[in-house]
Amino acid sequence: MNESFSLRAVPFRNRVFVASGTFGYGDEVAELVDLDELGGILTKSLSLKPRDGNPPPRITETASGMLNSIGLANIGVHKFIAEKIPKLESYSCAVIANIAASSVEEYCSVLELLDPLKRVDGFEINVSCPNVKEGGLSFGTDLAKVALITKELRKRTQKPLIIKLTPNVTHISEFARAAEAEGADAVSVINTLIGMAVNINTRKPRISTTTGGLSGPAIKPVALAKVYEVHKSVKIPIIGVGGISTWEDAVEFFLVGASAVQVGTANFINPAIGIGIAKGIAQYCERNSIDDVAELVGSLRADTKLSVIQSWL
Amino acid sequence: MIQEHCRIQSVEEIAPNIFELSFVSQAISAQVLPGQFVNIRVEDSLLPLLRRPFSLFSVDAPVVSIIFNAIGIGTKLLSQKKPGGTLDIIGPLGNGVFPLDDEGFATALLVAGGLGVASFPFLTSRLSETRNILTFVGARTTSNVIRIGLKNIQIATDDGSEGFHGTVVELFKAFINEQSVPTPRIYSCGPMPMMRAVAQIAKEKNIPCYVALECEMACGIGLCQGCPVESTMDDKKYNLVCKDGPVFEARKVNF
Ligand SMILES: Cc1cc2nc3c(=O)[nH]c(=O)nc-3n(C[C@H](O)[C@H](O)[C@H](O)COP(=O)(O)OP(=O)(O)OC[C@H]3O[C@@H](n4cnc5c(N)ncnc54)[C@H](O)[C@@H]3O)c2cc1C
Ligand SMILES: Cc1cc2nc3c(=O)[nH]c(=O)nc-3n(C[C@H](O)[C@H](O)[C@H](O)COP(=O)(O)O)c2cc1C
Ligand code: FES
Repeated sequence: MNESFSLRAVPFRNRVFVASGTFGYGDEVAELVDLDELGGILTKSLSLKPRDGNPPPRITETASGMLNSIGLANIGVHKFIAEKIPKLESYSCAVIANIAASSVEEYCSVLELLDPLKRVDGFEINVSCPNVKEGGLSFGTDLAKVALITKELRKRTQKPLIIKLTPNVTHISEFARAAEAEGADAVSVINTLIGMAVNINTRKPRISTTTGGLSGPAIKPVALAKVYEVHKSVKIPIIGVGGISTWEDAVEFFLVGASAVQVGTANFINPAIGIGIAKGIAQYCERNSIDDVAELVGSLRADTKLSVIQSWL
Repeated sequence: MIQEHCRIQSVEEIAPNIFELSFVSQAISAQVLPGQFVNIRVEDSLLPLLRRPFSLFSVDAPVVSIIFNAIGIGTKLLSQKKPGGTLDIIGPLGNGVFPLDDEGFATALLVAGGLGVASFPFLTSRLSETRNILTFVGARTTSNVIRIGLKNIQIATDDGSEGFHGTVVELFKAFINEQSVPTPRIYSCGPMPMMRAVAQIAKEKNIPCYVALECEMACGIGLCQGCPVESTMDDKKYNLVCKDGPVFEARKVNF
């Protein structure tokens, strides 16, 4: 049974990755998780300079999910190169550097610093963080900006370039098409949804920035619909992310069109869950005499004539 | 740090709506230091979704226990657990711990508000026999006062049903203003406003002070950046309660 996957000839051991911002820089959990059993690691979003992040409280649990407003707190690309890359040298799993920035120039500078490193196998571009004022969503909801960022970064790397899209737009498929047209190798679908929770005793929002990003099982149906929509509009591979916490969830994403998946919030509950999900997928394939996970991708049996999404495309 | 399915040994209501849950873990009981915590998967379900963090109340290898108030979804479910069942637990967690027997202090002043007292019996058991320990405990009312495993307790209750009528901060302040204690060190845990007040007293009296902080957590192991506390140091704006704490030198916390 073949569970591997590749982008621009970069091989991934399997199709289960850990999502940006939910697995640190990989080294934090090496005590609990055999990193080499994962398809790959998406780093916490890296910016040119370190970022402190937003004031507390930054997280709160909601029904089957959580809201976060981390605000891209990260050690910055220089410290990542100096301190984290050497630690990652002792593992063989793929490392995809996720980049966040508040200008096109900053995206380019961070990518250029990372591109020569052998330990960095590719890039995921976060144009979709809902928790920062500059960059983040103001890029991800602007078609021309997404196109420009993709174009500029494409010029600067031969490694896999993945654009991470936000669901906080009317039609995510337009953004996927823009990324595809400018040379992206894949799109990650989706980042968190804007959400809110209120403490009725204090009349204050439960997180400091009032609104935050909703993640976890609560968003899985939304993520599935977005992956389905994008699958109907582009040819490049889609990496499905949003609420995945079991192998069954992952298989649903493959069926609607994801070529690979990322596990996010579920890592907080069980840091080794990605490995369990990969094993569950392999066993499901073996039980159903499927030789390659790729056979599942986009094999949904839906009546497209009755699908509403079709009318948006 | 290990992740283990631990067998529940007992669940007992030790005070009204306050429960002690003990479980078996050779590894955690062997490794844990005072001030560290464990992160418990309450149920294998979506409610609650995230683990719940708790300090270690007692450690008697291979058995360890936690105490909690059954106030919310997770703690209510924990209070209904049955001996013989198992819990998925990650621990021990936290790199900031209560410093123990380094030179230069003779008296440990333990100041707790509410269930902040949870980590003090284990701390008390690890401070050396010769150390003078004075414990100040604040509670709403006398039936809520936890005394197990503590030494030389002075009590403050909000309703005056036992000990000093008022807050533990008032009780502690009066004590420190009247008594001279040889080379003291303060350890404190409780609600934020209480720890802020204790830290202020420590600063005025120039006494080293360590506080154990609490906040909502998603991962408990430094993955999510969800548990910041503002630092007074120049090198970084925030520390993470789960990874850099939960115990901090009070002067390094911007309350
Ligand atoms: C390092 C650490 C050690 C802790 N040790 C203990 C302990 O020994 N005994 C104990 O009873 N509690 C302890 N807590 C607090 C405990 O984790 C919370 O009480 C618990 O998570 C509440 O879960 P719940 O599902 O019952 O409440 P929920 O239904 O989630 O919430 C109920 C109420 O509790 C508040 N709350 C939720 N999570 C926390 C939290 N992590 N800290 C403070 N308030 C919270 C909520 O704002 C809400 O008002 C500790 C917390 C930390 C971070
Ligand atoms: C605490 C937290 C921090 C996150 N940080 C980032 C980040 O730095 N960059 C990014 O692209 N996505 C970030 N995300 C979004 C996740 O990578 C993922 O897209 C989203 O959480 C949905 O997946 P999930 O439901 O499996 O968590 C973060 C999510 C959470 C919960
Ligand atoms: S709770 Fe996730 S970093 Fe502290």
